[in-house]
Order: sequence, then C-alpha cells, then structure tokens
Amino acid sequence: MTALRFDPPTLPPGAEALREEVRRFLADERAKGTWSPRGDFGTHPDTAFSRLVGQQGWIGMTWPRQYGGHERSGLERYVVTEELLVSGAPITAHWIADRQSGPLILRVGTEAQKQRFLPAIARGEIFFCIGMSEPDSGSDLVSIRTKGTKVEGGWRITGRKVWTSNAHICDYAITLVRTGPQEPDRHSGLSQFILDLKAPGVEIRPIRNLAGHHDFNEMILDDVFLADDMLVGQPGDGWKQVTSELAFERSGPERFLSTYRLLAALVDRGGTAPDDRVAEATGRFVAHMWALRGMSLSIAGMLQAGETPNLEAACVKDLGNAFERAIPETARLVAPSAMPVAGANDPFETIQAEAVLNAPSITLRGGTREILRGIIARGLGLR
Amino acid sequence: MSDLVFDTADRLFRDAVDKDLLDRTEAGAFPEALWQAVEETGLVEAFADPDTGVADAAAVLRAAGRHAVPLPIAETLLARRLLQRAGLDIPAGPLALAPTDVNDRSAFAGGRLMGTFYSVGWASRATAIVALADGHVLVVDPARARIEPGRNLAGEPREIVTIDGPPLAAARAPIMPETLRREGAWSRSLLMLGAMETTLEVAATYANDRVQFGRPIGKQQSIQHQLALMAEEVAASAVAARLATERLDGDEAFLAVACAKIRCGEAAGKAAEYAHQVMGAIGFTHEHTLHHLTRRLWSWRDEYGRESDWSIELGQRVALVGANGLWPWLTRA
Repeated sequence: MTALRFDPPTLPPGAEALREEVRRFLADERAKGTWSPRGDFGTHPDTAFSRLVGQQGWIGMTWPRQYGGHERSGLERYVVTEELLVSGAPITAHWIADRQSGPLILRVGTEAQKQRFLPAIARGEIFFCIGMSEPDSGSDLVSIRTKGTKVEGGWRITGRKVWTSNAHICDYAITLVRTGPQEPDRHSGLSQFILDLKAPGVEIRPIRNLAGHHDFNEMILDDVFLADDMLVGQPGDGWKQVTSELAFERSGPERFLSTYRLLAALVDRGGTAPDDRVAEATGRFVAHMWALRGMSLSIAGMLQAGETPNLEAACVKDLGNAFERAIPETARLVAPSAMPVAGANDPFETIQAEAVLNAPSITLRGGTREILRGIIARGLGLR
Repeated sequence: MSDLVFDTADRLFRDAVDKDLLDRTEAGAFPEALWQAVEETGLVEAFADPDTGVADAAAVLRAAGRHAVPLPIAETLLARRLLQRAGLDIPAGPLALAPTDVNDRSAFAGGRLMGTFYSVGWASRATAIVALADGHVLVVDPARARIEPGRNLAGEPREIVTIDGPPLAAARAPIMPETLRREGAWSRSLLMLGAMETTLEVAATYANDRVQFGRPIGKQQSIQHQLALMAEEVAASAVAARLATERLDGDEAFLAVACAKIRCGEAAGKAAEYAHQVMGAIGFTHEHTLHHLTRRLWSWRDEYGRESDWSIELGQRVALVGANGLWPWLTRA
C-alpha cells in the first residue's frame, strides 16, 4: 500500500509581504472601480483585469526571467493565487495559461515557442484554453477522435471538441489530437498542438450551461492547417504530457475555494452572535478548509521540490470538491431567513443561488470524482 | 527526532500488542510488562525536550493509536506535562488526569480538594490522579478517592472519581482549564489518526484477499471508492493533526486543535463505517481485531468534546472575527 505523503511546506521569506501586496492591490483597484467580487465559476473572464495582474508580475511567476517570468517559488505563486481566489477577483481569463499552458510550453516547447508565447502570457496579453474532451470522449480521454494528419510543413486537424471553457475569449487552445496508432498501447499516438483559435477552419459555438451562462464552447475543427512549429513536445507524447500536469491541475486552492465567498456570506448573515446551527456549520467548514489548505500547501511544497504527488493531488481535489459542494447545501438549511426588505439584491441569496446552480460543474471539471477515486484506489494497491 | 520516537514506539507496540493482550486488558487485567517497557524506553517522557517535545509526544500518541495500545499513554503524557509545568515531582507509573469533561465540578480550598470527575481514564490503575482545580495542580492518591467503574465503547476504563480530602501535593496552576481540555482533544486527534491508519491498512488488505464473484472484492469499483474515500479522510486527518501539533503551544492553538478534533472526529466515524462495510460480517465479529480499532474511534471522537461542541465554539469565534477577518485569521495562523 502506498502511503499518502503530505510533507510540511516551508513558505519562502517574503511570502507574507507578498500576501499583503496582493491584498493592497485588490483593495486599491476595487476602490477605483476596476473590479468587483464575482464567483469562481468561469463566468466572468476579464481580460483587462488579467493584464493588470500580469503587470504586477503575478502571471508566470515561477518561469525564467528570459521568458517574461519572475523566477519566484511555487509557494509564492500559491499565496497570490489563494488571495485572488478568496477575494473573488475575475482571474478566469489568464487562469489556464498560467497554470497549465505556459508550464507545458516551458517544459516541452521549443525555444521559439517559449519566446513567442511565454512573455505575452506573463504580460496578460494572450490567453489559452484547453481542447481535450469531445462529444464521445469525456473521462475516457484516450478515445478522442480528432485527427491530425501530417502534411508538407505541418498538420491538418479535423474533429470536434466540447466543454472548452472560455474558447470564445481566448487566443489559443492547447489541443489534444490523435496523430498516430494506439500502439504499443492505447495511450500512444496522441499529440498536443497550439491551436490558433482565429485560424481558418476553426469554428467556436457557445454552449450555455444550466445557469444560463456562456462559459464553455464547442470547437469545430475543419481541416485546420497547423504549421510544424505549433506541435508541442514530441508527436505521440501527448498522453504523457497531459498526465504530467495533473498534480498541478488538481491540488491548487481553486479546488476547494470555489464557494468560499458563500461561506463568508454565511458568516456575515449569522452576525456576531450566531445561533448554534450557523456556528456549528461555519465551525465545521472552517475545520475542513483548514485541513484542505494544509494539504494543498503541502503539495505545493512538494511540487516546488520537484516531486509529482498525483495521488495526494487527487485526494485534495475530491475532498475539496465535496467541501465546495457541501457549503451551499448546508448554507441553505442553516442560514437565518433574509430580511424581506433585502429582496433580490441580498448578497447572501445571490451568492447562494450562483453556488447551487454551478455546483454540478465542481465535481466534473478537471477530473470527475469517479476518476479521482479510481486513481486513489490504484494507489492503495487495489485493482 | 520525532521520526525516531515514532519508530521506537511503533516497533514496541507492534511487537507487544496483540488480540490476546487487548482481550485480556478489556476483561480487567493490566498489561504490566508492556507498561514497564513503555517506561523503560522513555516514551512517557516524550514531552521532556523543550524543542521537540510536542512533536515527540504526538509521535507516541499516533503509534499508540495505530496499535490500539490498552494503556493510559495519553493520560500519563499530559499529566506528566502538567506536573512538570507546575514544578511538582512526577510519580512513576501510569497517571490519571482530571477533569476530562466540561461537566466535571471541583473546588480546592483550605487545603482540601472536593470534586467529581465523570470520565477519568484509568483512575483505578494509576499511581496518582493529577487534577486541575481552582487554579491549582493537585496530586491525589487514588486510594483516597472513590472510584466507580466505567468504560467507554472500547472497554477502556473511564471512571467516575469523587475526591474529598487533602491532596498529596499542590502547586499553582501554570495553565487554564481550557488549555488542558485543548491538549486532551489534541491527544485524541493523534490517537484517532493512528487508529484510522491501521483501519485503512486492514480494510485495503482484506479487499485484495477476499474473493467474491470470482475475483477479489477490491476489484469492485464500489469497494475501491469506499477505500479511496477512507484514504482521503485519513490524509485530511494527518494534516489536521500535524497542524495542531505544530501550534499546540502557539498563539493559534485553539484554532488548530479545534480543527484537528473536528476533522479527525468526523473522519473517525467515516473510516469506521467504510471499514466495516468493506469487511462485511467478519469485521463485525468479536474474533476479528477490527473492532479494537473502530470502537476506539467511536469513543475517542466523543472524548474532550465532540465535533459539534468544537464546531460551535469555533463558529462563534469565527463570528467575532467576522467574514472579512476569517481569511486573514486562517492565513496568519
């Protein structure tokens, strides 16, 4: 049985000063009217705000300076990330490029790709999304059918992608494509490309979610030509490249803080002398969040040390998502009723409604709970 | 340092504690030889080192939980710490500690302790009862106390102790009652963590061995998912317990211990439930060792404050800090 490990992290000196810097920035910009708190459900990308964040040096924080990065530690990035999330700042636009696309290009991209894309990402000027799922391929990602055929000077890509969050506001999509046979195993023959979303043959259609928001999209790729220099990493290495991002993708504070603002609203609603129901609920949530943050920070430390705690990350995501979903379910039961005068603009009711409507996405995005539990079970030596 | 302490304790307990010892202790015997070994290896002095003491004691407690050690390890560790802080001599042998419950009542006046303590661990087996009452630490001879038998769900002695008389020794208390309660809750968190770790190992091993429908039940997705959930609970408990250990003597001890007791207590109930479901009827038998762990989990989650008690208290503090103060509090702690 593989024991799960959560080593104590060490925050670098200056992390707390950085935290204060982020809080000051958010307060100043909010006072100026640049932004107002929104939920973390991908519904409010704000490219102008992302540029501001880039100007602060808070995108691509850990990347080398020569590619526009700031050579800070992953734990400093963690501090910035959690402060932005808890405040409800609109960071959706640059989120994927900062967390995944940039690091992918940095790890396996060519020198030319690094120079072309990374500094612009770090400045908050270009935005990425991820084209993985397809109409017939969700959790079973290997079964994708979008096909890439080698041609003179590049590749021709044809297929359909779905659930591509923010494709309508992004410039590029890191797209997973089948370029070769499923040999020697079914994970072979996949490749990742940087797809220019304005390229001829790319059509993006909105898919509205049940909350009525336009967040994800369908991408139709009709014989799209991608030059050789848009292939990321080696042809056939796509699966390996995708799965090596998982610990980053599944362990961050975004995996347990999605409904933090509802918890804060519940505390507000309960007042300074809450009844036992509200007190017990908030106390229990704080205990869960405290443990989750401890786990998540620990993984950030282990990632910084060059380890790949995939199993531990799966734990954080599954537990964290359950926590995020429990907040609206409990809050609706224990929150004291609103004053009638507050009406439709009551902040608690607004955040509560958004959380309930978006809750189903929490345990789907970034790996379903069923997939995560399978990964953990395998780690325990089952199967 | 603490890793070494853990290894020492873990090895000692693994070799010495078996089903037979657990059953005999539960029937009323006291495992004298094991106690001697615990004293000789210095495990009861785990708190002694000013720098690593808390982490060392946490390691001993976790190891004791892993093997369901039927001895007053937590009580003795905490009582010795209290005596040491008060500058009192530390008697050899197992020690009992009071109060353990918010309903306990006591008064110390005119050189005389009067009190009733409802759930004192191992009082009748202790060489001394160490009590905190009216701002004093008091050492009481168990022979001079009225001790009514009682046991928790795991069969561990939890006795009603009534004291009316002069203590053997007394000193001004260096800590408040809530500090003692916090340390008790912390000790139960570590014990629960250890017991959950073994419970998970036992259940996972069983799932790989037990064949039904022509294959190990561990190949069934429903079984896999229950064990995965159990592993998640254990992982969260391990981190919560570590965070509390790091802060036990710090400014944010309340927050960290409350979170640990809430989180480990909730996990204990879930872990026991998953383990029993995975292991089927055999795990429900007295013959199997599983219940020595799960009955302790069910008991320890109730001791020194249930999840609900700590949650309400924590929630009230959160309310005072306010919605805008909550995150700064958590990130400062």
